Amino acid sequence: MSNAVSVLNGASFSGLVKVADSGLGGMITLRGDHASATLQAVVKSVTGAEVPAIRKITFGAAGAVAWMTPDELLLLVDYAEVDAVVAKLSEALAGEHHLAVNVSDARACFSVEGEAASEVIAKVAPVDLAPGKFVAGDFRRTRFSQIAAAFWLDEAGVYHVVCFRSVGEYMFNLLKTAAHPQSKVGVYA
Amino acid sequence: MSTRLAKQGRLIDRSKQVEFSFNGTKLKGFAGDTLASALLANDQMLVGRSFKYHRPRGLVASGSEEPNALVGLGVGDRFEPNQRATTTELFSGLSAVSQNHWPSLNYDIGELNSKFFSRFLTAGFYYKMFIHPRPLWKHVYEPFIRQSAGLGKAPNKELKDADTYEHFYFFADVLVIGGGVAGLQAAKTAAASGAKVLLLEEKSYWGGRTPVDGGTIEGLEAEAWVEKTLNELNAMDNVTIRNRTMASGVYDHGYVLGYERLTDHAPGQGGPRHRLWRIRASQVVTATGAIERPLSFAGNDVPGVMLAASMRDYLVNWGVTPGKKVVVATNNDDAYRTAIALHEAGVEIVRLVDARESGGGELADKARELGIRVECGRAIAKVKDGKRVTKVAICAQNGEGGAREEIEADAVAMSGGWSPVVHLWSHCGGKLIWDEAQAHFRPDPERAPTSHDGNAFVVTAGSASGPLSLSAVMADAAAAGAKAAEAAGRPAQSVAAVETSEVSEAPMEAVWFMPAKADIQLRMKTWLDYQNDVKVSDVQLAAREGYESVEHTKRYTTLGMATDQGKLSNINGLAVLADSLGAEIPQVGTTTFRPPYHPISMGAIGGEARGEIFQPLRKTPMYEWHDKNGADWEPVGHWRRPFTYLRPGESKHDAVNREVKNTRENLGLLDASTLGKLIVKGPDAGKFLDMLYTNMMSTLKPGKCRYGLMCSENGFLSDDGVVARIDDDTWLCHTTTGGADRIHAHMEEWLQTEWWDWKVYVANVTEQLAQVAVVGPNARKVLEKLNAQAGGGMDLSKEALGFMEWKDGEIGGFKARAYRISFSGELSYEIAVAASEGQAFWDALMEAGKEFGVMPYGTECLHILRAEKGFIMIGDETDGTVIPQDLGLHWALSKKKEDYIGKRAQQRSYMDNPERWQLVGLETVDGSVLPDGAYAVGQGVNANGQKNTIGRVTSTYYSANLDRGIAMGLVKHGPKRMGEVIDFPGLDGKIYKAKIVDPVFYDKEGEKQNV
Repeated sequence: MSNAVSVLNGASFSGLVKVADSGLGGMITLRGDHASATLQAVVKSVTGAEVPAIRKITFGAAGAVAWMTPDELLLLVDYAEVDAVVAKLSEALAGEHHLAVNVSDARACFSVEGEAASEVIAKVAPVDLAPGKFVAGDFRRTRFSQIAAAFWLDEAGVYHVVCFRSVGEYMFNLLKTAAHPQSKVGVYA
Repeated sequence: MSTRLAKQGRLIDRSKQVEFSFNGTKLKGFAGDTLASALLANDQMLVGRSFKYHRPRGLVASGSEEPNALVGLGVGDRFEPNQRATTTELFSGLSAVSQNHWPSLNYDIGELNSKFFSRFLTAGFYYKMFIHPRPLWKHVYEPFIRQSAGLGKAPNKELKDADTYEHFYFFADVLVIGGGVAGLQAAKTAAASGAKVLLLEEKSYWGGRTPVDGGTIEGLEAEAWVEKTLNELNAMDNVTIRNRTMASGVYDHGYVLGYERLTDHAPGQGGPRHRLWRIRASQVVTATGAIERPLSFAGNDVPGVMLAASMRDYLVNWGVTPGKKVVVATNNDDAYRTAIALHEAGVEIVRLVDARESGGGELADKARELGIRVECGRAIAKVKDGKRVTKVAICAQNGEGGAREEIEADAVAMSGGWSPVVHLWSHCGGKLIWDEAQAHFRPDPERAPTSHDGNAFVVTAGSASGPLSLSAVMADAAAAGAKAAEAAGRPAQSVAAVETSEVSEAPMEAVWFMPAKADIQLRMKTWLDYQNDVKVSDVQLAAREGYESVEHTKRYTTLGMATDQGKLSNINGLAVLADSLGAEIPQVGTTTFRPPYHPISMGAIGGEARGEIFQPLRKTPMYEWHDKNGADWEPVGHWRRPFTYLRPGESKHDAVNREVKNTRENLGLLDASTLGKLIVKGPDAGKFLDMLYTNMMSTLKPGKCRYGLMCSENGFLSDDGVVARIDDDTWLCHTTTGGADRIHAHMEEWLQTEWWDWKVYVANVTEQLAQVAVVGPNARKVLEKLNAQAGGGMDLSKEALGFMEWKDGEIGGFKARAYRISFSGELSYEIAVAASEGQAFWDALMEAGKEFGVMPYGTECLHILRAEKGFIMIGDETDGTVIPQDLGLHWALSKKKEDYIGKRAQQRSYMDNPERWQLVGLETVDGSVLPDGAYAVGQGVNANGQKNTIGRVTSTYYSANLDRGIAMGLVKHGPKRMGEVIDFPGLDGKIYKAKIVDPVFYDKEGEKQNV
């Protein structure tokens, strides 16, 4: 919808890495039994992806699915499709205890791209980002300095970071600071 | 005098001269110098004044153990006090000033004072002297003591640190701390197993002190071996090495802080100044070396008296000699190396006194061969006081200091033996064992710091383990590296013995006093702790006064409490205490070693958190609009909410009153996005909410809203808000702004720990929605206008959407959920739209509302409107001690329900008690505004002679609508005392008289919200 604006409206910064507001993405919190065949089937049908294992994200033709807790998944789909997907989930899971809710607008999303991306993130998140330790398809809920965040690495080597919308500006400024051109650590890149 | 020699100085580049200043005087050094070596090269023996007695002090050591040479470094926004000259690399333009002197370093008033008064300034003097009379402490003693004591000056509070800082998280199998030969060997051995190794060295150069001390490793001179090993490590993918990075502390579960100094040696080059490495290591190897101990003789603090090995460092590393005529005093063989090195460099060794009757070994023989006059069983009786060494009195070690021979000298090298650096081993609980032969505490490998699984996670390597000979050091280091790798889960490689060569040494002999039976006059001039001015006599006094515990003695005398944390004084102080108590040293024990090993900057600890990212601010989707339209911000948790919207030239008071009147008369908009919104769904959701809220939520019909209260299990009111039933098994619970995360966690806790088998899911959707309260007589008109403009939308008439109902649909083309709820008593809608569309929706309302007199309003207006209606506010009327019954909210407490959280607590005798203060309205007799938080006083006085209190103000405002002050408060027997006037003494001395009234001041019948 033309009225909808992401938190930093597409802002970007280039330093040690390129940090950019990824714009609006569709996100759905789905709580339910990961082992349920119905749940697995509907997740697959709306995203094309399998239910991921712990600390993983899986990708499909129409979206991605991230592991949040033992009974919670985060579905990433097209922003315009969210309501339709929530409706499909609710319909398919009507017979099971579950909760599917649109959280697309509650989030700010950023991409962190470049050779030094691991090092930049390792300045603010207590995660082992040494080569081979955090690989494409890994997903982590953690903190970025003072705020809650989640991130994953895609096949192209780009990190994707998600936080709450209200602190999106803090996240962008934090990543900008960590990506200051003269602050290279030089252990991974 | 101290001077630069024509030769030697392996670390300096004589082709690169560097200019710097000390106390304003321009001086010259070379690239590779430390500030300390450069000062010595310029014959600057005097570097500071002592803490208590203002005695002249010079350099004692060459590394981070240096207690005296603390300077104020840099200027303006880069000024930093208490920087060690020995760990400060020289750079062009460096500006240093000495500390703790007045009016100048050379001439100090404090020193004169202490000469007259020093016999009074013994241990515990301050405690004994300044305790009576009490009032004098604050007004006389404390200001005086603060003036005369203290180290560096605080930086100018008007200036902000010009530099930036950052953190870095790193994970390793094996962390090796210390880049001396032991650390290098341990890292090499560990890395060979394939383990991921991080090696840290605090200095800019590698190899520790072995290149100074000599010996060969694998057939190579130490310096060549260091270079070769460093190259090997650098070539390995699994090894990361960092110099200028000090491990400052070892914490639980292999967490270690590394302090990397990136630009201290080249300020202003850009990028962060310090980087704090936050390391998780499976295993930690501490290869931290050993520190030489001073000898305790009178005048051992006179500038020019230096640790023997440090003197050798200055000579070999920087080509500097602290004197031309040097006396060496020792109880071990190592100091002979200094004598020999100085002699070979052309410095005269006027005497070498060896406290051991039997003297030294091979090195002693060599010294004699070189013609150095060596005297065994002899000691220094006293070094003559002054700003530098001039005369040294020699006597027999085994005596009281009589029959002295006085000789002229300009420097003294002393060595009292070596102590392993056990700090990092001890930080996390590693225990020590007394080594009689070396007279030092060394790590006890049987009692290492343990991790979560009970297994050791720290191992020492090299002289940090105790051994001092090169062969033993290298063997220990290789074993430590292998042990750490294995413990980290890497199959150990077989460790080949490292081939070394060195000279053999005769055993050292413990010497705690020099001479052994020094009289009181000498002991009062014998320093243990240079930085805090603690003498042998002070520790002895503490022992006489009954301080038997080493920890108590430490605090009473301040021994080891300075910024060097007693690196030099620890063992000597313990030995003196043990001697005074007639106990063995191991029985006395040591004090506790705590991080940091060496002070680190506050900037590094704060990391990137400064300026715009000092703290995360939570911003609603309309934040920028508010900011551009005069918002006066109020912090609400991490959120920022507009307190009021100031127009040009308007006071806050006027702005609030304008908003208050306009909202009642026309149309007000409130950004209510910060209110918590929790979705609660599942077959057991109704049952769950009935337990959480005091009133009934399971009976709420879909499409309806109900106001609810939540209490803690102790019965106290915790949160409130409107609950909307969405469908059969879904509810949406509004919480207060501050309650969103807290109540979400509260729900999850009950679901996860108590009612884990109930089928309920909760999701916090607070930030998904932008919520706008559209309030005032024109509220419906503006929304209907938006719908008309969009060519349709939800029916918002009284009939279609009644009070306390909600509906989904479109408003002005926006997908919206509308709630007919009112916190102001006016006709009011709260409209929720997607957060991403919040600003667009707000803009549409502002535009369409023009003709209806729209104005945004802030939190203060919100407060006043609710207070006019007698609505309570969590955090004002409640403070964690208030129950719903206190607030007259009995109607919201279900009598039908068997239980809810807090119910049983509310039945306790103290809760169910008519004596509790109750909520009432308060109207001042003269219409003025009651002071916030004021207490009402009643008859009589309490046990402390204070007037008895009978109530307090919880909310108080000026109501522009009523043109008078209105307030709510909790008053004893309040509701039964309607019409009574009670007294509220203000802090201004005035007694405010207020009448007890009904808390609803405005529209008592509630007609206005129900139109």
